Amino acid sequence: MIAPAMAFFVVFAIIPLAVAVYLSFTQWDAISDPTFVGLANWTSVLGDPVTIRSLWLTLQIIVVSWLVQTPISILLGAWTAGQQRNRAVLGAVFFLPLIFSSAAIAIAFKAILDPNFGLSASLGLPFLKQDWLGNQQLVLYVVIFIIAWQFVPFHTLLYQGGVRQIPASLYEAASIDGAGRVQQFFRITLPQLRYTVVTSSTLMVVGSLTYFDVIFVLTGGVPSNGTKILPILMYVTGFSANEFGPASVMAMILVVIGLVLALLLTKLSGFTKMTSQQEGA
Amino acid sequence: MSQQLLGSTTVADDTRSIVSPSGSPGRRGPGRARNRRAGQRPNWLGGIGAWIWFAIVALPIYSILITSLRPQEGFFESNQLLPPTNPTLEGYALVLESDFFRYLANSVIVTVAAVAITVFVCVMAAYTIVRRNTGVTRAAFSFFLLGLAIPLQATIIPLFYMLSKAGLYDTLAALVLPSVGFAIPVTVLILVNFIRDIPNELFESMRVDGSGNWRMLFSLVLPLARPAIVTVALYNALNVWNGFLFPLVLTQSPDKRVLPLSLWTFQGSFTVNIPAVLAAVVLSTLPVFLLYLFGRRQLIAGMTAGFSK
Repeated sequence: MIAPAMAFFVVFAIIPLAVAVYLSFTQWDAISDPTFVGLANWTSVLGDPVTIRSLWLTLQIIVVSWLVQTPISILLGAWTAGQQRNRAVLGAVFFLPLIFSSAAIAIAFKAILDPNFGLSASLGLPFLKQDWLGNQQLVLYVVIFIIAWQFVPFHTLLYQGGVRQIPASLYEAASIDGAGRVQQFFRITLPQLRYTVVTSSTLMVVGSLTYFDVIFVLTGGVPSNGTKILPILMYVTGFSANEFGPASVMAMILVVIGLVLALLLTKLSGFTKMTSQQEGA
Repeated sequence: MSQQLLGSTTVADDTRSIVSPSGSPGRRGPGRARNRRAGQRPNWLGGIGAWIWFAIVALPIYSILITSLRPQEGFFESNQLLPPTNPTLEGYALVLESDFFRYLANSVIVTVAAVAITVFVCVMAAYTIVRRNTGVTRAAFSFFLLGLAIPLQATIIPLFYMLSKAGLYDTLAALVLPSVGFAIPVTVLILVNFIRDIPNELFESMRVDGSGNWRMLFSLVLPLARPAIVTVALYNALNVWNGFLFPLVLTQSPDKRVLPLSLWTFQGSFTVNIPAVLAAVVLSTLPVFLLYLFGRRQLIAGMTAGFSK
């Protein structure tokens, strides 16, 4: 009875990869049939500085997003794992961004950040009155902020679950030994969360390829160079410029990046051993 | 949610309350002593940080809500921080008149169809993988897991090509089918882990009674795996409901438009009518918000499905 699931999976997830390989060796404009062009797309895409810049930008967004989201999520997760009444109430608000779609979040922030009639214009703070989305230097950080706004709640949930698994006896022992709150956090909470850090980081890094929606909507479908991460560049090359051959090469690069990242994180961290190790805590 | 409320009103200053606001099943030991030990200073630093994040989260949401109620007249002169002096539902009316219900219906159709097919085929697959532990089923399982690493973006061009060739471009089916394909890996993973925990004796005793695979599936696996099924159904439903890329690439005509894509087009057609655009944002989020309100714990379990361990 595996057959139906296997059929869907193969036809709509695996075969597309093969078709992408095929298309990467052709010239196709979505109107006429694809014609074989050999390695031409590969050499042109891999030799194009635009691709390299886009890869660099993708890497930047992945790394900076991780650096921003992880500490915030750990701290919020540890804090909301507590049980005071105000934490439950604040916690309910913390998780609200989870209910919005990427498109909704991007559209809302586009309105909020408008330099002329957005929220920032009404706050009365001069440095907030900027063209957040038009400024090439700023826009990357704005995108990273919005992505953090959207995804920190999810990772907070993971860390909250992790913190709640930590046996109370550890904290009791530590406080008998006179360890303060900060010490307890660094000596107990953080080391105990190491497997949650791995899970969360894996999801964050692999998931960062999905920042497409937010960037696409935020930049009105005509992304500037400051936001052209690889998935965006692929979309623009394919669906705007009708050059599906080169776009397929970029798709293959995405697949390779996805697989390498997943493998690397799994190997580096012993992700598969996670459950069994936690049992022993 | 009911437990949440109960928890927050009755716990007050009793640490060892049975109804914990967390209700996390994985918690060990009687409450974490760290937070409420007598004599420990309150956590000012954590509190301040939490309120800062609260502001970061709440301010945009507040802004969305009040702006959606602002009249379009005088919009550009008004202070965006204050609630409108004369709130109006004009924006909402405009959105509802602009085929909103058609997009809502499309979203519902696509989500329900994709989730129903996914859950159906994955329960069968997971049951077989667990019960018939052969080289073939193990290989199939590993193969499914490989799918977790495939970025969905990388397949839009070939999917566009394939679905055009198959004459499915610009149909709702073009949204359902690949959504199922991409939902399968994680769904199988979660269901396999869950069905594995069903005691073997139960299957054996049913087999002795002469039950076949289908009967075991329906009378044993479905009822026992219900929590996991609800979880994966919610997880997949949210992903499909909020999905933007497949609709953007695989559909075109307004009568095939789903909600996230309609936000995008509303934004294009209303341009300067920001209250209406934000009203569309609110309306499109309303169904999930209701779910959050009434089934918060289920929803959150669904979102972190398979990861929060």
